[in-house]
This record gives sequence, C-alpha cells and structure tokens, in this order.
Amino acid sequence: MQVSITVNGEQRTDEVEPRLLLAHYLREVRGLRATNIGCDSTSCGACTVIVDGLSVKSCTVLTAQADGAQVTTLEGLTGADGELHPVQAAFRAEHGLQCGFCTPGMVMAAIGVLADNPDPTDREVREGLEGNLCRCTGYHNIVRAVLTAAQAGPAAGQVPQAQEVEA
Amino acid sequence: MSILGTRVVRTEDPLFLTRGAVYTDDLTDERLTGALHATFIRSQVAHGRLLSVDTSAALEAPGVVAVVTAADVTDLVPIPPPFPFINAEMTRPWLASDRVRFVGDPIAVVLTEERYQGEDAAEMVVVDVDPLPAVVGTAAAAADEVLLFPEAGTNLMASFGDPAPADFFDGCEVVVTQALVNQRVAPVPLETRAAAAAWSPDGRLTAWCTNQGAQQARGQFGDWLEMDPDLIHLITPDVGGGFGAKIGADPEYAFIAWLAKHVGRPVRWAESRSENLVGMLHGRAQDQVVTIGGRRDGTVEAYSLVFDQDCGAYPRIGAVLPTLTMLMAPGVYAFPKVHAQGRALATTTTSIGAYRGAGRPEATAAVERAIDLFAAEIGMDPAEVRRKNLLPAFSEPHTTPMGATYDNGDYTVALDKALEAAGYEELRAEQARRREAGDVRQLGIGLSVYVEITGADNGAGTKEAAELEVHADGTATVLTGTSPHGQGHATSWAMIASDQLGIPVEKITVLHGDTDLVPQGGGTMGSRSLQQGGAAVHQAAEELIEEARRRAAERLEVDPTDLVVDLGLAGLAVRGTPGAAVSFAELAEDERLLVNTVFNADAPTFPFGAHVAVVELDVESGKAQLTRLVAVDDAGTIINPLIAEGQRHGGFAQGVAQALLEEVLYDEDGNPTTSTLADYPFVSATEVPSFELVDMATPTPMNPLGAKGIGEAGTIGATPAVQNAVIDAAAHLGVRHVDMPVTPMRVWRAIQQATHTQQQEGN
Ligand code: FES
Ligand code: FES
Repeated sequence: MQVSITVNGEQRTDEVEPRLLLAHYLREVRGLRATNIGCDSTSCGACTVIVDGLSVKSCTVLTAQADGAQVTTLEGLTGADGELHPVQAAFRAEHGLQCGFCTPGMVMAAIGVLADNPDPTDREVREGLEGNLCRCTGYHNIVRAVLTAAQAGPAAGQVPQAQEVEA
Repeated sequence: MSILGTRVVRTEDPLFLTRGAVYTDDLTDERLTGALHATFIRSQVAHGRLLSVDTSAALEAPGVVAVVTAADVTDLVPIPPPFPFINAEMTRPWLASDRVRFVGDPIAVVLTEERYQGEDAAEMVVVDVDPLPAVVGTAAAAADEVLLFPEAGTNLMASFGDPAPADFFDGCEVVVTQALVNQRVAPVPLETRAAAAAWSPDGRLTAWCTNQGAQQARGQFGDWLEMDPDLIHLITPDVGGGFGAKIGADPEYAFIAWLAKHVGRPVRWAESRSENLVGMLHGRAQDQVVTIGGRRDGTVEAYSLVFDQDCGAYPRIGAVLPTLTMLMAPGVYAFPKVHAQGRALATTTTSIGAYRGAGRPEATAAVERAIDLFAAEIGMDPAEVRRKNLLPAFSEPHTTPMGATYDNGDYTVALDKALEAAGYEELRAEQARRREAGDVRQLGIGLSVYVEITGADNGAGTKEAAELEVHADGTATVLTGTSPHGQGHATSWAMIASDQLGIPVEKITVLHGDTDLVPQGGGTMGSRSLQQGGAAVHQAAEELIEEARRRAAERLEVDPTDLVVDLGLAGLAVRGTPGAAVSFAELAEDERLLVNTVFNADAPTFPFGAHVAVVELDVESGKAQLTRLVAVDDAGTIINPLIAEGQRHGGFAQGVAQALLEEVLYDEDGNPTTSTLADYPFVSATEVPSFELVDMATPTPMNPLGAKGIGEAGTIGATPAVQNAVIDAAAHLGVRHVDMPVTPMRVWRAIQQATHTQQQEGN
C-alpha cells in the first residue's frame, strides 16, 4: 500500500507492506537508523519518536497508521546551523548517555515529558520516563539532563517546525 | 592545571545525539549489500530427544533462500568447553542434532531475502521433540537423576575446593547458618545480539558483531571455524551495552560467518528481545549456604561459604565464576578462618555468563548478609559488628586466607564516610521512633562494605596495547585494545594523551574494535580498561615524548636532557632559551611520529567502598521503596569524574534491580516465564532514587595513573545494602532473612511467618 509521511520535514510517498511497523519504516525505508528497537513487547521505549506532536513508541504503530503524519526522529532535532536541541545539549552536559542505545528514544520521550510539563520535579520526570528503559545510566543523569533542559524554557518541549519540502 | 580529574564532557556524544550511534544492525557497509537475513529456530522444549526437523514447507515460503539444520553442518566440530577443568563431554553443537538442552537451543536457521520473511518462514519449520524431564535448579542437577550429557555421566561441570574441617566452628560462642539464593538475572543490554559476515574471493572473512573485545572474539572465530585468525577481520561497531554478556563471541556470531560461506552471500542477524532473553547468557544463579561463627562481643572467628553455581545447559564463563566468588569470600574482613567451596552444575536452562561483577557480587552478597545475621543473633548494631571485623587500613599488599593479594585499602574510613553522609545516627533514631509508634511505613537501613578484584587476568594477561601517533597537522590518533561500549574511552584516553602532550582533547581521535587496526587487545570487561588500557596510553605518550626528544635534540642541536615538554606548544622547548622549541607536529613532518606499546600491570587491583541504603517498607503490603542510596566507592585516582560517576550510577541501578525486582524464572518443565520485557521486571526510573555519591580516592601503586576499576562497584556494593535494608525494616517483627529479589510477596510472607512464630513463642 501507499503512504505519504513527512519525516523531519521531508515528505515522501512509499509503497509499503500493510504490516510494516513505523520503526522499521523509519530505519529501513527512510534510512534513519538513530531510532532503535530494543524489545518486541512495547516495553523499552528505544523506538520513541514524535508523531504529530506526541511522543509515541514507533514499534506500536503501523506505517499505514502514520499516513499523512508529521514524524520527528532524533536526526531531525538539530537546527540547520548544527545547534543542538536543548534536550540534546542537556544530555551531553549531564552525561545522560553511555552506550547510546536508549538515547534517541529517551531524548524524544524527554521532549514529550517537557511538552506536557515544562517545569517537572525529579519525581515527575521519573514517572514521565517510566516507559523508557536504560541499562547504563541508572537514570540518574537522564533525570538531571531533563531537569537541566527544562531550564531552557518552552523550546525544550518542542520539535523544530516541520518544513514542507517544495514539490 | 591538569585536565585529569576534570569533568570533560564526552567527545562521543555529539554524533550519538544527532545521528545516533552505528550499531551492528545499523550497518550499511557495502560489503553487506544483498545480505540475507538469518532467523534461528530454537527449541521450545527444555530437554528432549530431537526426532525430526521438517523444513519442506519453509523452503517454499516467499524469500527463503536456504533452511539449514544440523545435517548441513558437516565441517564444524561441536564447541568444546571453554576451560580445561570442565568435563570434556559437555560440548555444544552448532545446531541441535539429537538432543535439545534448553528453551532457546538453536535447531535450524532460515535465510531470507528480507527480515519479515524470516519470521514467517521460521514458523513453518516443524520440529518434533520427544520430551525428557527438565533439570531446573542446582538441587535437581546435583541429584544426577536426569543427565544433560549422558556420556559425561554427571551434571557436574567442575568442582572447586573441599568441605570444611569438622571442627571449623569449634570454640565459637555463636554460630549462625543460612541458605541464600543469589538469583538468576538477565543482563539485558538494550542492544540485543547482532552479527554480520561477508567473505571476499580471496577467502578472507569480514565479520561484524556486538561484543566487548574484537581480538578475543576473533580468536574464538578462528578456533571454532578452524581458520587462521589472520584471515579474519573482526569489527566491533558501536555497542549498545554489554555488562559481561557480550564478552567474547557467541556461537551464533561465528555461525553467521559459516552461513555466509555456506550460501555464498553475506548474511546478517539481529535477534529479537524474546530471543535475547533466552539466547543471551544470564548472570548470577548461585545457591549458597553461609555459616558464620564468633563471640558475643561481635568478633567473628570463622566464616564458611558453600555454594552451587547453576551454569545452564552448556559451559560458558559461568562455570569459572565460582573461583572468583571463593577468592573474594571474606571480603573486607579480617576473619581468622575462611572456608569456601563451590560446584558448577549443568541445568536445562540458558547458559550463565559474566554479568556486571561476575562472581564478586555473589561473594559480597553472601558475606554482607552473614554479618547482618550474626549481628541480629548477638543483638549488636550491624555497623558496629562490621567495624570490629574490618581489616585495619593497609598500604602494603595484604594477602587473605583465600590467597587474594589486596593492593591497599582503608575500609573503616569508607564505612565511616558512608555512615556520616547518610546520617546514620539520625536514621536509627527515626527508625526507633517509627517502630515505637507502630507505623505502617517502617524505615530500613542497610549496609554493605565491599572490596572487589578488578583488572584480573582474563586470559589475555593483565596487559593492554596502545598505539599513539601525532600527525603533522597537529592532531593525534590513539589505537587501543580496549572495547568501550558506553564507558567513554574516546574521551578518557584522549584526556590522558592530552595531559602529557598538550594536544587538545578535540584533536585526538581514539580508535578501537577493528582487528586490522588493532590486532592485540584484551577488550573491556572486569573493570580493567582504565588501569591497563588507559595506562598503556599514558605509557605510549611517555615513549612518544622520548622519541620526539631524540629528534628535537638533533634538530635544535641541543642535549636531549635540556629539552622539556611545553604543553602550551604541544612540543618540546629548550630549557631557559625562549623561542628555541619545536612542536610534536613539526617533528612528524619528515617521519611518522608513532609509538606502539604494551603496558603490563602485573597484578589486579582491589577497589573498595561502603554503601548505605534506606528503604521505606509498607509492612502491610510488604512493598519496599528505596528512598536513598549513599555510596562511597574508592577506585583510586579518577581521570574523569563525570564518567566515573556514570559508571557508579548504572551499577547501582542494576544492584537495586537484583535486590528488589529482577529474576529470571523457569517453571518446573524448564519453560522460561520471563522471556519478554513485559514479563521480566527490568528496573525503571521510578524504582530508583537519585543517588548520593561520596568521594574517596586511594591511588593504587599498580599503575602510573593510580587508577583501579570502577565499572562493577555499583552491583557489588548496592545489592546487599538494599537487601539488608528491607530486612532491617522488618527486623523488629522478627524477620531475619528474605531472599532476593525481596518482592512484596516475599516480605509479606516473611512478616506473617515471623509474627506467627513470635506469637507461638509468646504462648
Ligand atoms: S522497541 Fe518499541 S518499545 Fe521497545
Ligand atoms: S545509555 Fe545504554 S541503554 Fe541507556
């Protein structure tokens, strides 16, 4: 079947199998491999991306369901000038990543948390990230990074405006 | 000011945070163009005779290029046990031929053009197994009634040590004994196992796999595939966590290479999480009995640890872990008499390997639980009992009754610092208040004091290689035999070189994990990397400076001894002659400025520390919430505190997870009941607090950096502290012991039982 999906501002039309998961579409059809797959039970959150402004686990979404949607992945966060998104910058400053496998999903989930609650407490960050697993950091520096990012203001809870590519 | 000891943010991160790391399943290497996808068909039965494997339907399925069974694997011999002391009959077939030995045992492989086609076709392979009784748990294994390897005549893989003498505890006023379970847990690196392989026409193999040491993995590929290792180019891409479970190669990795040769096309494989949870090595899995005896004044006189190590179906690193547990049995204590004995046993379950700490957390958990049991028996504060029995501070090597030679340590100071930071007296007062008031939420305070062995000989010795080159453009390259997978070596190794050469960290590239670039290396495991690999970089920088000095002396026509390193210049300057200087970069213009070196540490190091855990226990539901974890972890000199703290945090969470939550379970038929992440209670952000870290640094004389290992401190120290805290919260109700994971159900039951017993005694 045919889908038309805007990813990181770039719209494309692709022929896909009806059962193709959005996570696999992003990785294999669009070649955006920052988004990782860490489980097969929608438990780990490594696959989290932003779909139409909401953070979702892309392994729970069929590509067909995302037809017409705007999707942002880790690769789409950095500005054209190479400037890091406040959440990316905070993850670096606070050492919020080690092996990096949970990171793309964790960063997107963190943006989702900050979109809902721009000034969260330690506890609220933990609850907001409960569905995102990390084996390396013990969550300590991830929580610190999200709290640090919150200080950057509303931009921390937003993704860059999707730009329509000219036809 | 030296850059060492400062919080340098990681040089790895900009790419990881913008493009993402490139893990094995992300590879787009052109050598893998047209690669087939491998999907393993694994046993659904724990133990049985394999009667038939019908591949005919699968062969007809869309996209299927081949279905491979044991009958096709005629040119490989089964994998022998990895250690000489293991029963030699306990070999591992590449694919099961006549018998399956655990749920997850590989039986066949389908190769398909596309990934999804593999899942479809795998379901069409019909496997007929005649079930045999499962062997679950070490007691069943030791009974030897059902054998995994009938030709071996036993389930005993190996046996270590002798029983304690009959009079071992004679003369003790108090003797306490307790059976403990150090339960089986799953390492669960977020990246599952993955491999890819491509052969070139000249017979050379390029293999990619996620692992903790490319050189060691290449050696195993060579042994198993009976190939000259020089014909193998093994590449470790970015690795999404290892925790010991990715040490060396797994048989599947080498089999992907065999499959690629078999079909004449590149092949790649990335397992699903449910496959990972049965196929990847598990950790821990010891059944222990501790016995501790001494005087009522708190002095311990004798300690014994007897245990069985569940090794799973096929011998892997798990079979050697008992030796580490025995070596570290007495921990930080000056017990006059120590006894330890262990057995390694085969069961019809997933094999056991190294998991963060690997053998040492089991030793610490046992002795720290034993101390608390002893303290409870004599009615003394557990901090006081510890203080009475700790080895006094030592700065010269100390050899324990188990034969370990600790480099240096001050355990009393570590304990005191932890107690002070936690506010121990106030915590006990608050606990007393809540007990008095009969609060539903009781406070528990748990302690552990630990020492561990890091940088032990892992088969490649206690040495590590490094190559350092300064280029004419002022940049530098470091090649290392370590294998970072989250530990930040690219940053720390650059800091070490920068500190000596004056070249900024941003201009130093660190390369690893490619056997063509770095043929020798010990990998990253056992908390060895900084003290051996980092020290090798340090040594390389010193040697490079000497080579530069020789060249600079010629060029500037001065005596080499008149030259000093000028860090601002990143070069050498003539002492007392302003302007007479030459940079390392200039010295590399005519001839490469490059050194290759091997640092040999000669011996391991013994980091130590003390943890205090605080829990709130709801005595009605049995649910404990960890509210604080205060940790002193002394790993000698710290190169980058940001990274060292991150290592501690990660270990703490895994330690807390073992104490409170995580456990791999099998039913009596050997079926795993925790084989998805929906069923396995992986610790999440809500189940741990932010941690309270206390600094302490006692440099080791074993390497010029003064560094000990920090990677495994967290799981070694935190696990018993948290377990002890939960038990302590219910101690006033008569609870003396609860096995890990100390789940609400277990705690609730223990409270019911203790209350019942107390009531009966009261009657
Ligand atoms: S891969 Fe989507 S939740 Fe784990
Ligand atoms: S950084 Fe490795 S899983 Fe989170």
